[in-house]
Amino acid sequence: MREAMRAALAIAGKDVRAELRSRTALVSALVFAALILVAFSFSRDPARLSAAALAPSALWITFAFAAMTALNRAFAVEREHGALDGLLLAPVAREAVFLGKLLANLAFVFTVEAVTLPLFVVFFNAPVGPVLGGIAITSVLATVGFVAVGTLFSAMTVRTRFAELMLPVLLLPFMIPPLIGAVQVTARLLSGRPLSEVSAWLRLLAVYDVVVVTFALLLFSAVVDE
Amino acid sequence: MTATLPSVAGAAARLARRGRAVSIAGLIGVAAVFVLALRFTPVEARQGLPQKIFYLHVPAAWMALLAFTVVGIASIMFLWLRDSRLDLFAEATAEVGLVFSAVMLTTGPLWGKPVWGTWWQWDPRLTLTLFLFFLYVGYLALRSALHDPAERARFSAVVAILGLVLVPFVHLSVYLFRTIHPLPIVLKPSAPSLPGSMLRTLLIALAVNMVLGAGLLMMRYGVARAEAARGEVDGA
Repeated sequence: MREAMRAALAIAGKDVRAELRSRTALVSALVFAALILVAFSFSRDPARLSAAALAPSALWITFAFAAMTALNRAFAVEREHGALDGLLLAPVAREAVFLGKLLANLAFVFTVEAVTLPLFVVFFNAPVGPVLGGIAITSVLATVGFVAVGTLFSAMTVRTRFAELMLPVLLLPFMIPPLIGAVQVTARLLSGRPLSEVSAWLRLLAVYDVVVVTFALLLFSAVVDE
Repeated sequence: MTATLPSVAGAAARLARRGRAVSIAGLIGVAAVFVLALRFTPVEARQGLPQKIFYLHVPAAWMALLAFTVVGIASIMFLWLRDSRLDLFAEATAEVGLVFSAVMLTTGPLWGKPVWGTWWQWDPRLTLTLFLFFLYVGYLALRSALHDPAERARFSAVVAILGLVLVPFVHLSVYLFRTIHPLPIVLKPSAPSLPGSMLRTLLIALAVNMVLGAGLLMMRYGVARAEAARGEVDGA
C-alpha cells in the first residue's frame, strides 16, 4: 500500500516536473480559461441578465473546458517514444500508475482553477472572498470526480483518431452530475446562503468522487493491459 | 473450437436472416398496436388523443433502458470472461438500444408540446434518457474510431460499465434539480393505476416491441459474427 503510494507520487512528480519545465500546456490552459471567461462576459444581454445570475455557470463551464484541455494531453505525452510502455513495464501496480496520472492531472486542473478564480472575481464582480472556503471545498469535490473519469478515458482516446474530439464526447456526460452540483452550490454560496443549506449537494459530489475513483482504479488495467 | 470458420459464418448469416423475419413480424405488430391503440382503446379523459403516443413512447423507453442495462452487463461479463462474442453482443445491443432511445426521444416531445405546452423539460427522466442516448452514441463512436478489435472490445466495455455507474447519479442530481414528468403509473410499488384496457394495450405494445428488438438484435449480432469471421479469414 505504502509502496503503491510512493510509486504514484513518483509518477505524479515526474509529470509535474515535466510540466514545470516547459510550462506550455499550463500557460495555454490558463489563457484558454481566461478567454472562456471573457467570451462568457460578452455572451449575455446586460439589460436582461445580470452578471451575478450568469456567474456560477460561467465559472463551472470554464473549469470544465479548461480541465478537458489538460486531460487531452495527459496520455498524449506518454505516447511519444513509447513512454507509456516503459511506465507499464515498471514493477508497480496498475492502480499506482493510474493514481499517479490522476494526481498529476488534479495538480494541473487545480492550478488552472486557482488562477482562474481571481479573474472570475474581477470579470463577474463575484463576492467570492467571504465564501472562499466553501468554493474551494466545492471545487475539490466536483473536480476529483470528472478528472478521474477523464484520466481513464484519455488513456483510451489517445489511441483513437480524433482524440481531441473523442474525449469530450465521452467525458461530457460524466461531467454533468458534478457540474449540476457545483453550479447549485456556487450559486447558493455567492448569494450568501450558508454551507449547511447545500450539504445534500456536497454529499452527492463526495459520493460521486468515491464511486468513480474506485471504478476508474478497477478498470484502468482493462485499458492498458492486452 | 470444433466449428470451422465457414460454418460460423453460415450460422451467423442464418441468424441474421431469422432476425430479419422476426423484425418484420415485430414491425407488423407495432402497426397492429397503432390500430389497437387508436380504435379499440378508450381515449384518455384529460389529455385526449395525444395520450395515444404513450403506447409507442413507454415501450420504447423501457426497451432503451433494458438494452442499456444489457450492454453494461455484457461488458462486465466480457472483461471477466474475455469472450469476443460478448463484445459483439454488447455492440449489437447498443445499436438496437440507440434505435429505441431515438424513438423515445422523438415521440416524447411530440406528446410534450400539446400536453405540457413545451417540447422539452429538464426533468430527471428526460435528462436520464437523453444521457443514455449520448452514452450510446459515444460508445459507438469510440468503437468506430478504434481499429484493433481487442482494444475496441476492452475500451468500449470500460465506457459501458462506467455508463452504468453514471446513470443513478444523473438521475439523482436532476431529481434534486426539479421534476414535472408524469410519475410512473405501471412500475411502482402499489398496483398499477392505469385503467385495465389501456394497460392491456400497453402490455401488447411492449410485447411487440420486445419482438422487434429481439429481431433487430439477432440481425445485427448475426452480421457482427459474420464480419468477425470474415476478419479472421482475411487476417489468416
